[in-house]
Amino acid sequence: MTDPVHDATGAPPTPDDAPLLAVRSVSRSFGDVRALVDVSLDIRQNEFFALLGPSGCGKTTLLRILAGFEHPDTGSVTLGGADLLALPPERRPVNLMFQSYALFPHMSVERNVAYGLEREGLPKDEVQARVAEVLRVVGISETARRRPSQLSGGQRQRVALARAIVKRPRLLLLDEPLSALDRKVRGEMQLELKRLQHEVGITFVVVTHDQEEAMSMADRIAVFQRGRIEQVDRPVMLYERPRSLFVARFIGNNDLFPGTIAPGGLEVAGLGVLPTAESELAVGTAAWLGIRPEHIALVGEGAPRILTGEVIETQFLGGASTIAVGVSGYETPVLVTQAGATRLERGATVGLTWDPARAVVLPSE
Amino acid sequence: MGRLLLLGPGLLYLTVLFLLPIAAIVGISFLESNRFGQLRWEVTFASFERALDPLYLRVLATSVVIAGITTLLAVLIGYPTAWAIARLPPRWRLVVLILVVLPFWTNFLVRTYAWIVLLNTEGPISGVLQGVGLIESPLQLLYTPGAVIAGLLYAYLPLMILPLYVAIDRLDPELREAARDLGASRARVFLTVTLPMTLPGALVGAIFVFVPSLGNFVIPELLGGGKTVMIGNLIRDQFLKTRNWPLASVLALSILGILLVLLILQSRLSRRYAPVSHD
Ligand SMILES: Nc1ncnc2c1ncn2[C@@H]1O[C@H](COP(=O)(O)OP(=O)(O)OP(=O)(O)O)[C@@H](O)[C@H]1O
Ligand SMILES: [Mg+2]
Repeated sequence: MTDPVHDATGAPPTPDDAPLLAVRSVSRSFGDVRALVDVSLDIRQNEFFALLGPSGCGKTTLLRILAGFEHPDTGSVTLGGADLLALPPERRPVNLMFQSYALFPHMSVERNVAYGLEREGLPKDEVQARVAEVLRVVGISETARRRPSQLSGGQRQRVALARAIVKRPRLLLLDEPLSALDRKVRGEMQLELKRLQHEVGITFVVVTHDQEEAMSMADRIAVFQRGRIEQVDRPVMLYERPRSLFVARFIGNNDLFPGTIAPGGLEVAGLGVLPTAESELAVGTAAWLGIRPEHIALVGEGAPRILTGEVIETQFLGGASTIAVGVSGYETPVLVTQAGATRLERGATVGLTWDPARAVVLPSE
Repeated sequence: MGRLLLLGPGLLYLTVLFLLPIAAIVGISFLESNRFGQLRWEVTFASFERALDPLYLRVLATSVVIAGITTLLAVLIGYPTAWAIARLPPRWRLVVLILVVLPFWTNFLVRTYAWIVLLNTEGPISGVLQGVGLIESPLQLLYTPGAVIAGLLYAYLPLMILPLYVAIDRLDPELREAARDLGASRARVFLTVTLPMTLPGALVGAIFVFVPSLGNFVIPELLGGGKTVMIGNLIRDQFLKTRNWPLASVLALSILGILLVLLILQSRLSRRYAPVSHD
């Protein structure tokens, strides 16, 4: 990775593997609120990239900086090697799909979608052809002459999407594109967004606070917390190798044990040394052990085990069961997930074991 | 039944104070009066024919032009004002809006007399212009059409600012951002998004300013000094001085006709830019 380039003589040469978008040390404060703190990111050509984080962590602020409606206090942003921050919003090869959709209420669907192309001064018949084509791609050709107020939530969302992609931007920004939809439509639209991204070949940056949504759509995810990036990784890595307590808690379920680093694992008060994957942290440092409930195996009497406990409760969830196990010497029940229905009864004594490589060490906050 | 009872007072009010007078005016317009102002009970179109006299038509045209210029100026001044108010921090907006309507709390005549003082040949405006050497002899500002327009504008500008402010305030700022995001310059955004979306508010304001300006007779008399005669003066004179009620009624109907056309136009235009189309 190259250092931030502040070259006044012009854009640096861009090799093929250079990122499309490079965000370098961007910070932005509103009064006392630090919306973004030293954020650096690389987004590659044709990537489906997600910004994930709880409410108020600065996701929209970053998108608005990329679109040109907000300016960072410090830092730089380049697109294809050229300084993006120097351009006004209307000159950026970037389009934003607003969280509220922001469709023009006084124009028909058709005119909404044509708006951006008309601004480019394209000939009328080309505008018409491209509008018809994009409406077909997002599947709302029949609504072309209606006003936004006469559409369903899902249809409006498609119009907003059509209006943003019809300009074929180099970068498409989507701010919580699916949050206004109900659960079922949402699932369909997630798949569809993914399909569309392949079809039109545009780099997508999607903001969401729904971790499942990010996991199911994105090639890579940046997890934000309070204006900082916690981790940037592929969904599988975020799930299996969270690098902070926040990420481990935010993405999926985790059993978490606080303790101190000991040779061969983590020493937890009341439980002894629990085996973990290797860690760079020095012996004696405070840290946490994180392990997914589905990576803990329950074993019967006599089998080798790491912990022993008693079943407190079982819950059958259709495809899988969750079993809460009370471990002697430890207050919080340990959650274990098993495929299918469990035959364990409340009160049964069980052994718990796991592959140490699955147990990640997380630095204390 | 219960609903009818609720409607009762309003209906009574409308009937007695609005529908009956209009019916009376329509009725009288088909009658004729003698020299002493007594009505003759005979249906005739004589007053309509008389109203077509170029003399009256010219007064009507002058009135429309004066009210039109007033309205145009009110839009041109009111739009940026309303825009600026909508951009103020919320707690300042109310204060400024109250300042805008403050003149309404003083007497209409007092306010108009203040303009006489201002525009007088010996008044401050003429004085200052002479002082800085822009003009040599005292300026006759009072008793000109310009004075009438200034007076009307001053009296009715708040009626333009308020509906415009509401329209601008209701406009979602993200719509303007979306337009820029799609490649529109600031000027384009104004022409294609802001203007059409605030047009209904401007039209309401235009009606609010145009209507009382067109029929006004106090301001033309005080600031126009009888030299700028507007249709309102004519109607009043015909009713009270000449006592030719049928002609006065026809002239009054001509104003009503113009207003009706304007209202239809306004609702047509507003509908075109309303969020929901009705076609
Ligand atoms: N224009 C502004 N003025 C003042 N504070 C702002 C402004 N914009 C954002 N903030 C603050 O900056 C922080 C980050 O806001 P941002 O909108 O980026 O969050 P977000 O991650 O998009 O949240 P959400 O998921 O709720 O949309 C918040 O605390 C917010 O209150
Ligand atoms: Mg947001």
